[in-house]
Amino acid sequence: MISVTGREMPLGQWLLGRLRLDGVLLVLIGILLLVGLAVLFSASGESMIALERQTMRIGLGVAAMVMVAQIPVRTLRSLAPWLFVAGIALLLAVMVAGEIGKGARRWLDLGFMRFQPSEIMKLAVPMMVAWYLSTRNDRPRFRDLLVTVPLILVPVFLIMRQPDLGTAMLVGAAGFLVIFLAGLSWRWFVGLGLAAAAAIPALWLQMHDYQRQRVLTLFNPESDPLGAGYHIIQSKIAIGSGGLYGKGWLNGTQSHLDFLPERSTDFIFAVYAEEFGFIGVALLLLLYFAIVARGLWISALAQDRFARLLGGSLALTFAVYMAVNIAMVTGLLPVVGVPLPLVSYGGTSLVTLMVAFGILMSIASQKRLVNR
Amino acid sequence: MARRDDYGQEQQDQQRFVVRILLALVLLAAVLLLIGWRLSGLQVGAHSHFTTLSENNRLRVEPIAPSRGVIRDRNGQLLAGNRASYQLEVTVEQAGDLDELLERLHDFVELSEADVERFRRGVRQRRPFQPVLLKAGLDDTTVARIAVSRHELPGVEIEARPMRFYPLGKEFSHVVGYVGRINQQDLARVDPRAYAGSSHIGKIGIERYYEDLLHGRPGYRQVEVNAQGRVIRELSVTPPEPGTDLTLTIDADLQRAAYRSLAGREGAIVALDPNNGEVLALVSAPGFDPEMFVRGISQADFSDLQSDPSRPLFNRALTGQYPPGSTIKPLVGLAALDEGITTADRRMFARGYFQIPGHERRYRDWRREGHGWVDMSRAIAVSSDVYFYDLAHTMGIDRMVPMLGAFGIGQRVGIDATGERAGILPSRDWKRATHDQVWFPGETLITAIGQGYMLSTPMQMADFTATLAGRGQRIQPRLLQSMDNGNGELERLLPQPREPVHTAPEHWDTIHESLIEAVHARHGTAWGSIGSRPPTNYRIAGKTGTSQVFGLGQDEEYDEDELPRHLWDHALFVGYAPADDPQIAVAVLVEHGGSGGRVAAPVAREVMDAFLKGDAGMTLDVSEDE
Repeated sequence: MISVTGREMPLGQWLLGRLRLDGVLLVLIGILLLVGLAVLFSASGESMIALERQTMRIGLGVAAMVMVAQIPVRTLRSLAPWLFVAGIALLLAVMVAGEIGKGARRWLDLGFMRFQPSEIMKLAVPMMVAWYLSTRNDRPRFRDLLVTVPLILVPVFLIMRQPDLGTAMLVGAAGFLVIFLAGLSWRWFVGLGLAAAAAIPALWLQMHDYQRQRVLTLFNPESDPLGAGYHIIQSKIAIGSGGLYGKGWLNGTQSHLDFLPERSTDFIFAVYAEEFGFIGVALLLLLYFAIVARGLWISALAQDRFARLLGGSLALTFAVYMAVNIAMVTGLLPVVGVPLPLVSYGGTSLVTLMVAFGILMSIASQKRLVNR
Repeated sequence: MARRDDYGQEQQDQQRFVVRILLALVLLAAVLLLIGWRLSGLQVGAHSHFTTLSENNRLRVEPIAPSRGVIRDRNGQLLAGNRASYQLEVTVEQAGDLDELLERLHDFVELSEADVERFRRGVRQRRPFQPVLLKAGLDDTTVARIAVSRHELPGVEIEARPMRFYPLGKEFSHVVGYVGRINQQDLARVDPRAYAGSSHIGKIGIERYYEDLLHGRPGYRQVEVNAQGRVIRELSVTPPEPGTDLTLTIDADLQRAAYRSLAGREGAIVALDPNNGEVLALVSAPGFDPEMFVRGISQADFSDLQSDPSRPLFNRALTGQYPPGSTIKPLVGLAALDEGITTADRRMFARGYFQIPGHERRYRDWRREGHGWVDMSRAIAVSSDVYFYDLAHTMGIDRMVPMLGAFGIGQRVGIDATGERAGILPSRDWKRATHDQVWFPGETLITAIGQGYMLSTPMQMADFTATLAGRGQRIQPRLLQSMDNGNGELERLLPQPREPVHTAPEHWDTIHESLIEAVHARHGTAWGSIGSRPPTNYRIAGKTGTSQVFGLGQDEEYDEDELPRHLWDHALFVGYAPADDPQIAVAVLVEHGGSGGRVAAPVAREVMDAFLKGDAGMTLDVSEDE
């Protein structure tokens, strides 16, 4: 084993090594979280209460990240099937005994807290698929698809039934990204793509009315300016009126005068865009790109197939997360209910994301250990 | 060996992974570029469009009602002013359950069904966070009780708003008029933008006629609102332009004296200054409390007013049309003199009736026994019907009508108030047009004594009396004397002459003398009521009239005791004074009052006394000197 003692290294680097954390990723995430707190303070109408609660959640998330970072990758690998099975069981439990909120059955009341089992699946599905594919030696073949596609689609279907289109999409993306990164032949992706296209009518029939409304509104938000189209119209007004330089922090009229709905959660990007303008938005996109790139860099240097696939999938899912939210807020995609990662108010997605970064850090330190 | 294979496998796997990662990064970059392109389209390309939408979202322009111009009489007495009135308003967004709130409010203030109904209508039409009026005109006690219990009444506000008030009340209700809540018909005749902040508008009288002057121009304030429509802050204010203050020609003291002189009877009095057309008094009795309409009159009160047999809402002075009766005789006499039909000296023996040669029908005089030998002057003084039958028969309707028309019979005077009617000047053409019948000679006779088809308003009668006083000089009567030009100076209106009545001066003398004779000669119809106890300092020229409401049969007698009140004759008197230097021309109508000489003439005398001897006359002199 490698000894750190006797080597000259700054205290910070030593501490990061001890805590098995990746310095670059930590700094990037830290900047994003601070930007998020600033925007949230503005979006919540300068509410100190919201700021304190979100800070506490961030603290919880950081703690979770640090803890998960301590778990060796091989332990994570051996946990994967059990986590997956537990997740499926919880999803079934939600179907039977879940709490209903805002017309959807997503929460499970454990007595002391409520949580969404679907969040577990954001991690459990890529872990499970990565686990399975890491037991195979070569790139995935057809029979591997026979195993992995159901592994992905069963939880996706269960989550869609809750209904929670956004989470279902992210879980599905996480799973398929693993298959993609494992090197599945292009032909299969073309095939899957065509199958997905063919599935759209079936999917349409599966959707709830409010989901269909969201899709229809996307194509013509002005058709229902006071109803379903209101969100997207006000969001575009907020973003567009921000201009190149923005109206300045705390000066966004769309958000401060309540015109923008869901402004601390799903639509917080519009608040940011209104107050910081196109330049601020470009910098934010760059920050996200840097975080994803760092995650992929860590994964590229990972020492085994499971770590590589899982790390890559988690980093890219984070990118999908961000891209879907911004596309939704800018009116490029239907409003599916995906928060802006690490910025939107709310604890569940934040903690899950921080756990994912913990996994990436665990992978990063695995690399270091083996290299040295 | 196996290890090497594993290692090779691992390397191959890693390479494949890196290729896929690079692919993913390229894809991600592409997606970010797409998003960036979209955002630049929104934030740079369509920036000004969305800025406009954002401003439209947050900015609202709210009107500020101008303060309404006040109305004063010629001596500066306030006739219509504005004062703060407390009203109960409810902001629905803060009120919670409306029904429950209304129930609780019943303990504090009396709410009529009309109040509640209007409130509910207002609730449906309001903007968010706009308070809705529930009850206007709260008294101090109610205000205090509600103020103390405000914590139990969420969303309830007491607001002080300017409210029109009429300190001199019902004596002035017809001439000053009133303002009431703006309704759909009102909005159709004004620019709705000018009334965006106003709740009331002139409905009748001066208030309506000079609405444009009185109302002023609204101001605006630009405010920032949130998505619920609640005002966050004020950004800019354009102050309103207040309405113009008006000074009327009315003399409030004279108006009150005139109203009082009717002593509760139904009637009308119009007094003019024949020298400049200024209306000194315009009375229609009974009046009503105009402030009922400002507060919003209840259905019950309104139907009470409408079904009141004394018809308080009816403006007898302008809208009422009555047969002018004998008061028309001076005009007919003047026409005959002017046409050369007769001379002032020609005498005839006036019997108790007149027959058109070759006709059976007897046209009777009001005096059964007739008046004996009369000339023009005496015929007017004793009001001989037969003399005028004879005159009219010789003259014919066609030569009579032009002179009556020149005095304004059958035309609106054009007074600056609402509701004026034209009366009727009957003629061959008129009868053909309205009745599709030819004119009968007998109709000429009764037209000459102001009966039959002829109708006139008290305003018209005062106008032609002023023309008589001015010996043909006709000045447009009006109620507006001056307006405030905004610098505190009064801008006085100039008298507007109309086409005068032309005839020889000696004809004017004849008529003038006959009118004095009617009042001051022992045989005059107004001798009993005026001439026998004349004013000490001036003489009156005047003419009585007793106009029939229904026609008597050939051999019937008019007997007040046997007739129901609504069929009694109208009592009329027109006159001017002082006779030799006329300062006031008066027309008096007492509806179903009976004899003009006995009933109407004393009323006119009281009005003239009030003006020429009393304080009113003194103050008039002062204001004239200015």
